[in-house]
Amino acid sequence: MISLAHYIVLGAVLFCIAVAGLFINRKNVIVLLMSIELMLLAVNMNFVAFSRFLGDVSGQVFVFFILTVAAAEAAIGLAILVLLFRTRSTINIADIDSMKG
Amino acid sequence: MPTLNDILILLPEFYLVAAACLLLLLDAFMKPAQRPLLHWISIAVLLVAIYLVIAGQPPQAVTAFGSMFVRDDVAEILKVFALGTTAMVFVYARPYLIDRKLLGGEFYTLMIFAVIGIMLLVSAGNLVTVYLGLELLSLSSYALVALNRDAKLPPEAAIKYFVLGALASGMLLYGMSMVYGASGMGGTPSLDLAQLHNVMSYTTAPTLLLFGLIFMIVGIGFKLGAAPFHMWIPDVYQGAPTPVTTFIASGSKLAAFGMAYRLLDSGMGDLSQHWQLMLAVLAVASLAIGNLVAIVQTNLKRMLAYSTISHMGYLLLGLSAAGPEGYAAAMFYAICYALMGVAAFGVMLALTRAGFECEEIADLKGLNQKSPWMAFLMLLAMFSLAGVPPLFGFWAKVLVLEAAIHADMLWLAIVGIVFAIIGLYYYLYVVKVMYFDKPVEGSVLQVQSDRPLRVVLSLNALSLLVLGLYWGPLLGWCRRAFGL
Repeated sequence: MISLAHYIVLGAVLFCIAVAGLFINRKNVIVLLMSIELMLLAVNMNFVAFSRFLGDVSGQVFVFFILTVAAAEAAIGLAILVLLFRTRSTINIADIDSMKG
Repeated sequence: MPTLNDILILLPEFYLVAAACLLLLLDAFMKPAQRPLLHWISIAVLLVAIYLVIAGQPPQAVTAFGSMFVRDDVAEILKVFALGTTAMVFVYARPYLIDRKLLGGEFYTLMIFAVIGIMLLVSAGNLVTVYLGLELLSLSSYALVALNRDAKLPPEAAIKYFVLGALASGMLLYGMSMVYGASGMGGTPSLDLAQLHNVMSYTTAPTLLLFGLIFMIVGIGFKLGAAPFHMWIPDVYQGAPTPVTTFIASGSKLAAFGMAYRLLDSGMGDLSQHWQLMLAVLAVASLAIGNLVAIVQTNLKRMLAYSTISHMGYLLLGLSAAGPEGYAAAMFYAICYALMGVAAFGVMLALTRAGFECEEIADLKGLNQKSPWMAFLMLLAMFSLAGVPPLFGFWAKVLVLEAAIHADMLWLAIVGIVFAIIGLYYYLYVVKVMYFDKPVEGSVLQVQSDRPLRVVLSLNALSLLVLGLYWGPLLGWCRRAFGL
């Protein structure tokens, strides 16, 4: 039988993978966008699991909002990415370092 | 069921959404020659919104849409100042936008959507509203930072802001999911902040609740720009177009205070002995990093960014007192910082022209000889930021320090005073450069001739002096909002 704890652990593992992806990744910005999506999905997993096991729908309603906002967020992220590529013809993270101090 | 009354409570927000959509349409159908009109229409829209907020002020706190939305004095004050500072940003931004051919519907509608986000955020009564308000503000801000598409720095600043902002939202949401879960263990699960208030007393999973609280504080720290979650602030301030930086330094900070207050006091108020110390640690780290790193900056925008971090430290000092007195002091501080930030960046906007960005401290050399009045306005802003009596910034600092002492955190107040003295150095350095350095040979420093900008900027900077002398009414208003 799969219990609530299993889902919460799964959510935590997904969340950790996403955060690790954000911090360890040194290659390109698209991986960052993927990590951000994964992070939001980990949160959704948590909400749905709690909502299902505690018998309350409001958590699942919240998930709808998170999914919608995540879509808008991805659109803006990709738009900024396109601008970045247009101004410097690279999306390598190591090259995005013109401001220091 | 939602009733007409619910809609009337949200009238300013509904009005702004409608106005922003109309502005988008107007922008699409206007001839290019008529586009400068958008500027005046947008300012009028904001002024009407201020009127609606003040005129519709309910005698006591009311909630709408099943307590999703709270309209109380705290929200009213923050909304009035967020709308007011945004209107000032519009006035200051006009010459800058015209010089860079950016004047158009995008800037004004995105700013108004960001303000709607602020208004929702500071009135949030539910975790869903907190999240939606926050994202409306953040998504508009990401786009605004990248407004100047063809320059090199803005897209870079925008992607940094975006990635770290999204990380912060993710942390905040993860915390919210845990709090939601903890509220359902031994009781009814809820996303409502008022119902979450006493979760600690019955929950069978207090560890889960505390984990959630920690994640939420990380998210709040990111949004406030408190160290050690401050990495985005300097790059975004430097890379963003100056009017957008001005907005991020003023309206966004009011929103961040509103969010922290709603989540920590309305939502997690019962856990205050747990989060008090966490906020105190954030405050000390922000004061130290902000003030020390600001000293070595040569770029004025970057220096003001680090100064923001230190000011958020003072704001956290008030919040960590965890009582009505502390909240009132922190809100007073947030308002004060918004006015000072708008004034300081306003002077930079007044000195920026086509082909010349006034953003190095060295650019201000000999400003007093070129334009004594601008130099004086900048002096007022700098002294107020530094907290020199009798200016506004001084009283704001005194009040947060007093609140920290009354909350038995004398050590925190001492740290605050020490760093206020260290911070004096880099503000006074700007004043020294303006008044005692010779202008550079062939200096192109020149003040914008835009009359509204000059008048509003003068009033803005002088208000720092006037409010420094008569701070009583504003403080009284803040204290009444928290029932003092």
